[in-house]
Amino acid sequence: MSGPPSRRPVITGVGVTAPGGQDVKEFWKLLTDGRTATRRISFFDPSPFRSQVAAEADFDAELSGLTPQEIRRMDRAAQFAVVTAREAVADSGLDFAALPPHRMGVTVGSAVGATMGLDQEYRTVSDGGRLDLVDHTYAVPHLYNYMVPSSFATEVAWAVGAEGPTTVISTGCTSGLDAIGYAADLIREGSADVLVAGATDAPISPITLACFDAIKATTPRNDDPEHASRPFDASRNGFVLGEGAAMFVLEDLASALARGARIYAEVAGFATRSNAFHMTGLRPDGREMAEAIRVALEAARLAPEDIDYINAHGSGTKQNDRHETAAFKRSLGEHAYRTPVSSIKSMVGHSLGAIGSIEIAASILAMTHNVVPPTANLHRPDPECDLDYVPLTARELPVDAVLSVGSGFGGFQSAIVLAPPGRSGT
Amino acid sequence: MTTATWVTGLGVAAPTGLSLAEYWAATLAGRGAIGPVTRFDASSYPARLAGEITGFVAEDHLPSRLLPQTDRMTRLALATADRAFADAGVNPADLPEFDVGVITASHSGGFEFGQNELRALWSKGGQYVSAYQSFAWFYAVNSGQISIRHGLRGPSSVVVSDQAGGLDAVAQARRQIRKGTAMVISGAVDASICPWGWVAQLTGGRLSTRDDAERAYLPFDDDATGHVPGEGGALLVLEDAGHARARGARVYGEIAGYAATTDPRRDSGREPTLQAAIEGALADSGVEPADIGAVFADAAAIPELDRVEAEAIAKVFGPSAVPVTAPKTMTGRLYSGAAPLDLAAACLAMRDGVIPPTVNTRPSPAYDLDLVTGAPRAAALRHVLVIARGHGGLNSAMVVRAVDPSAAADH
Amino acid sequence: MPGNQFTLDDLKTVLRQAAGTDEGVDLDGDIIDTSFDDLGYESLALLETASRIERHHGISLDEDALGEAQTPRELIDLVNTHLPAA
Repeated sequence: MSGPPSRRPVITGVGVTAPGGQDVKEFWKLLTDGRTATRRISFFDPSPFRSQVAAEADFDAELSGLTPQEIRRMDRAAQFAVVTAREAVADSGLDFAALPPHRMGVTVGSAVGATMGLDQEYRTVSDGGRLDLVDHTYAVPHLYNYMVPSSFATEVAWAVGAEGPTTVISTGCTSGLDAIGYAADLIREGSADVLVAGATDAPISPITLACFDAIKATTPRNDDPEHASRPFDASRNGFVLGEGAAMFVLEDLASALARGARIYAEVAGFATRSNAFHMTGLRPDGREMAEAIRVALEAARLAPEDIDYINAHGSGTKQNDRHETAAFKRSLGEHAYRTPVSSIKSMVGHSLGAIGSIEIAASILAMTHNVVPPTANLHRPDPECDLDYVPLTARELPVDAVLSVGSGFGGFQSAIVLAPPGRSGT
Repeated sequence: MTTATWVTGLGVAAPTGLSLAEYWAATLAGRGAIGPVTRFDASSYPARLAGEITGFVAEDHLPSRLLPQTDRMTRLALATADRAFADAGVNPADLPEFDVGVITASHSGGFEFGQNELRALWSKGGQYVSAYQSFAWFYAVNSGQISIRHGLRGPSSVVVSDQAGGLDAVAQARRQIRKGTAMVISGAVDASICPWGWVAQLTGGRLSTRDDAERAYLPFDDDATGHVPGEGGALLVLEDAGHARARGARVYGEIAGYAATTDPRRDSGREPTLQAAIEGALADSGVEPADIGAVFADAAAIPELDRVEAEAIAKVFGPSAVPVTAPKTMTGRLYSGAAPLDLAAACLAMRDGVIPPTVNTRPSPAYDLDLVTGAPRAAALRHVLVIARGHGGLNSAMVVRAVDPSAAADH
Repeated sequence: MPGNQFTLDDLKTVLRQAAGTDEGVDLDGDIIDTSFDDLGYESLALLETASRIERHHGISLDEDALGEAQTPRELIDLVNTHLPAA
């Protein structure tokens, strides 16, 4: 490791499709109003399930500009990715048609791929679970693209005209952070000049409800859907499933400056570690997440005191919120107590692999507006969660450097540091 | 100066062998393992052949605690990881806790496990879905389970890029080693030979529907009509060169170069991009086309895709100027697992100075390829190129380089 | 009526199917008061075990009580309170 890298990945475009907001503007309004987009599930009758609430996006594929054939061949999660990528591209002001295609790449995070498509297609080819030898004559022609979600990334590549490195990163619920870490590396090492990167998931489907019911990971608070997601609150009892996507345009700082682009943030540091402990459980000490935070800060050449805001994983499970609080204390020391921490999952739910990128979007918007989104539904803090979680109301404060973290099934623990380009590496 | 990434351990799971020695002996002998599907009754489907792994008894390799929570591909992957670490002479638990990572590629996750839970859901109800479903079918499961089994707390990841993914994972592992991680186990093991996986693969439109195992998967043959799917793959222990040298590790080779590209949509009027991926991998390795001693082809066995690959190879190396082979004709296409298995074969080919053959194919005169068929060919190999392509136009290329024993010694 | 009682043998059968057996643990030993933790069963294994018991017997175990059952005896007693008396 010798000196700061000469190429520095910066975010110059952002797009969001989230529950309660069809674009970046609506998404940010929801967050800063402290409103929640969680509701009783409307996509199908959820009454057979233990947890019957979710944060659903009011997404209309046709109104969002997709053609009938695009709609037919893509799972909902792929549709989110393409529509959201187009918003990010437009926002960047970059003339993609003028760029050499082989210098553009795509990285899409997704934890569970085309779950909705697979669930529905299995139901059909098995005739409601009756056939063990499922009937291929009833399969849709695009089932292969549901099976292998790299189709999400190639769809985005086609939509933006990219012919460079294209892949899906699928590390469970850290996918959305890890995809940006991966894309930033491609810029840094020079494998591409522009990356369209982010994450998408659309998991609100019977199989997902059933699998989270089975481990009691989702909340059974069905009588009060609007207040069901309660990160850091003493009464929290599980997460609320969500869906959506956030996509970004990443490019090298020098070229962004040369074209006078608006720069949201530099991806100043990123690291991921594994807990090697349990596929779904977390050790309470937060050791591996703390290590990821330490390494991400070191890569950004920032000290704990430089962090102005922490965008938390804050899923609202008993275990996670304590684990994460411990990780912040372990990595940031006393500064953890002075730093506002919030979880937007209280408002937009937990969209599995997508949420890491949606939280990066919230983080860079916090930097842009100098406003920190609140943790909704936090009335009675858990005594073991004793940091400043910005309850209920958004807060104005100068936001320069942000830490965002994620934790996923499989033991993945990731941390990303976002900062203005002048701030890191100095 | 950037550190080199060395391959210091190999674990394979192939239809032609579960041990390195068995696999390599079969590969050099041209002994294929493609046959009728036995894992379910495939007689009602248009495709009926597969490269299945037989003789793998999970109970012999894994604790019973892991069996109810794992798909077949995860069981195979766990056993393969054990063999790779053993082959490297390493117990990762002895290394500092954040020094070893695991980065795998996945094609379709634990598809058979998912099939069984989907059947339970739709035939009996949500309460019949397993508590393990939330992770047993997702794409990240092999990395997670390998991490837990061996106590790997370093940087880990999972890539999905269809059959190109196996190389993308190894490239991502090399990035982590360059950033300071001592060791990463990387590659892929896939298995989705179950009715639901079969039906999904059929919709990809690339499966051979022949019943003659010797005439079913024929890349670069005028008679090519698609591929036979297989199961398995390989995991490679990748190590920082300095770290490997210090512990006196045996070295199979160096991950010398890599590049990936994406084809435009077919209706765009633009050219495919495989050639650029190959050239990028050569440039990244700092070698000229003439330095490459053999090419392990992707070998799609779809005439249009064979033509694109043959043309890209001929353009980079010249017509019939480099030996090309596709030992995957013996195993079927293993999806993400294919390219890591080719990397393993490339390492052994460099070690033994021999290029394994492509079986069954009668090379078409339409392609300017020097295809190694029939018998293995002796060749002193310094660099080998491996090509892997995925649906949607994903192209990845990687160069492995021989490492002199003197460079590997700790002096 | 033995047919309506959930026994240690019943539990062992379900545990083996739902979660296997940890190396070095003998389920046929004297385990009735050994903690699930010491037997190598964590929360996920117990959730799968409970779910199989619920399905087999057509009962629904109280979630909080289930979380508090730390040993085979406690779990067996809990299941039996949900089974109809003979």
